[in-house]
Amino acid sequence: MAAPMLEIRDVHASVGDKPILKGVDLVANAGEVHAIMGPNGSGKSTLANVLAGRPNFTVTQGQVHYMGRNLLAMKPEDRAREGVFMAFQYPVEIPGVNNAYFLKSALNAMRRYRGEEELDAIEFLSLIEEKLKLLGLDESFTKRGLNEGFSGGEKKRNEIFQLLVLQPKLAILDETDSGLDIDALKIVANGVNMMRSPERTTLLVTHYQRILNYIQPDVVHVLVDGRIVKSGGNELAHELEKHGYAQFEAAAKVA
Amino acid sequence: MTDADPRQAYVDDFSKFEREAPGADLPWLRDLRRSAMARFRDRGFPTLKEEEWKYTSVAPIARTTFRRAPAASDGVAREDVERIAFHGFRGHQLVFVNGRLDPHLSGVGALPEGVQIRRLEEALEGDPALVERHLARHAAFDRQPFAALNTAFWEDGAFVHVPKGVAVPEPIHLVFLSKPQHEPTVVHARNLILIDEGAVAIVVESYAGWGDGLYFTNPVTEVVVGDEAVFNHYKLQRESEKAFHIGVLQILQGRASNVTDNSLALGGGLVRNDVNTWFADEGGELNLDGLYVVGGRQHVDNHTRIDHAKPHCTSFELYKGILDGHGRAVFYGNIVVHKDAQKTNAMQTNKNLLLSRDALVDSIPGLQILANDVKCRHGSSIGHMDEEQVFYLRSRGLDEETARSLLTYGFAAEVVNRVRVLPLRAALGAWILSRLPASAAVSDAVREGL
Ligand SMILES: Nc1ncnc2c1ncn2[C@@H]1O[C@H](COP(=O)(O)OP(=O)(O)OP(=O)(O)O)[C@@H](O)[C@H]1O
Ligand SMILES: [Mg+2]
Repeated sequence: MAAPMLEIRDVHASVGDKPILKGVDLVANAGEVHAIMGPNGSGKSTLANVLAGRPNFTVTQGQVHYMGRNLLAMKPEDRAREGVFMAFQYPVEIPGVNNAYFLKSALNAMRRYRGEEELDAIEFLSLIEEKLKLLGLDESFTKRGLNEGFSGGEKKRNEIFQLLVLQPKLAILDETDSGLDIDALKIVANGVNMMRSPERTTLLVTHYQRILNYIQPDVVHVLVDGRIVKSGGNELAHELEKHGYAQFEAAAKVA
Repeated sequence: MTDADPRQAYVDDFSKFEREAPGADLPWLRDLRRSAMARFRDRGFPTLKEEEWKYTSVAPIARTTFRRAPAASDGVAREDVERIAFHGFRGHQLVFVNGRLDPHLSGVGALPEGVQIRRLEEALEGDPALVERHLARHAAFDRQPFAALNTAFWEDGAFVHVPKGVAVPEPIHLVFLSKPQHEPTVVHARNLILIDEGAVAIVVESYAGWGDGLYFTNPVTEVVVGDEAVFNHYKLQRESEKAFHIGVLQILQGRASNVTDNSLALGGGLVRNDVNTWFADEGGELNLDGLYVVGGRQHVDNHTRIDHAKPHCTSFELYKGILDGHGRAVFYGNIVVHKDAQKTNAMQTNKNLLLSRDALVDSIPGLQILANDVKCRHGSSIGHMDEEQVFYLRSRGLDEETARSLLTYGFAAEVVNRVRVLPLRAALGAWILSRLPASAAVSDAVREGL
């Protein structure tokens, strides 16, 4: 049998010298969508960033395998080129770097890495045209600085735009649903669903059950105080929506 | 004054020079040169004790004996000029080599009636009254010692006059090349630019040099912009690594005039750049931009002063610096809002990106507000590269070197993209790219943006 897409084993991680993740275990196979829910500060973004390779997020214990390979040994750019993508909870504004040309060079960096032909400007433009339309984004969107002066919702949509263009194998979406109105939420969910395929895996970090009405997860995990305290089906999300995290937080304290 | 006094060599040279200087037979000009020389003799070189010179020591200039640069056109080939030219540039061009116009390298196309683009010395012969009315009347040499030296010793430079209501659509490129000699040389280039009421013009000043000889460029440019005139000015400074460059740009703005100035300091060893503007009437608008890229052991000091002397004027100022190596930069901005300059709108920003631990910036923004109904803001920042941004780019598959280079380019782009003379913008962009470790990858990412 093929190795799982993602295999997280007993991962402990610190930011600076503050321990945040305290033993995370999670296995996700190709084709699956996993939702990760949990209260503020429980370590959801830390986990996402550890997977994406953010410097200064130090894994002090445990292992992560991505398609059977040691993910933690790879540089962030190599993870990206190998098909790992994290949609940032807070996408970074980079004035002076054009949104579209940046994405073109990112795509071409990946294609070069994989030994594929690079796209020229015209090929790239025709590639992005339909994706822009799908996300309800104006063409002027490509002419602006990267996330520069974008509204919260535009930034989130830009992350999904990048997702659709870069076509990763493992997508980690860190609260891409928060701050979106209901129409934008549907658009974003639609984008994520389009990416769903037997070859791809999605980790969906969220606070709210509402996006799970549009994206049906295969597994829901509850992360509290740096540990996954419970995993289950979609019904777990409904339960959390009703009762909150109190029961799990109490349990985490005891443990 | 003793022989060891750095002023002595200038005083001695002046008595010789004034007899052979351009316009030596014009009494007003002789008096002007003499009073400038006297002013310099009394005042001397500035010292670190003076507020305006606190961060920049000109001791290396004071202790060097410079000879006025001899004509050296014979040694300059068209290729030398090509090397620093802007590809695809269509416009008028005056090329000065070691301070003297080289007619073979210059080219002025057909001009609308009445427009003059010529040597200042020629203008002195053709229209001495007009030159007399403006020369050294704006760039105050009593307060600016290097302007005093220039006023005493200038030999040549450009004279641009665009009469009332006339537009010169093509940019006017004034090129000053220095070809250093065996001994240190100095050129005091002097430019006078008169843009009359309702006229429109674009002027690019370029300064460049090559070789590793020591030289000193000490230019002064005075600009008078008439009522409702539109004037775009660029200064591209690409002196060689060892050069001293001390420049003064003085702009006087008439009623409802619109001026942009973009000061691009890329070269030079010890550089001081003064830009002074004065709103002489109401409703003027000014955009004052600058970019300095400083590395190695370069020292680049930008001083700007904007005098809002009249009501209802607007000024936006943005200076950005990129520092690497042991580079050192100074930004000293002063906006003075005079007592009756109500409804002034002024904004001053200085941002610095440090790429190394050893680079250093002094940023001193400043506002002096004497009116009470104004809108004025200023801001300044000095920082290293934002690691969040680096990670964001890497997480999208760009290697670290490319990410850092792209962010550096992106930092400069805000100023680069304000350059409206496209061949100049491209040359500037290419120059910045060529300094970046991952230039090819960055060029790919920004090409269409150029
Ligand atoms: N750069 C940092 N420096 C110090 N502490 C940090 C840093 N980043 C995160 N933390 C801390 O780590 C803990 C977990 O943060 P994390 O962002 O992973 O939580 P989260 O589950 O994503 O929360 P939220 O739901 O609010 O997004 C928090 O206590 C946070 O303050
Ligand atoms: Mg988070």
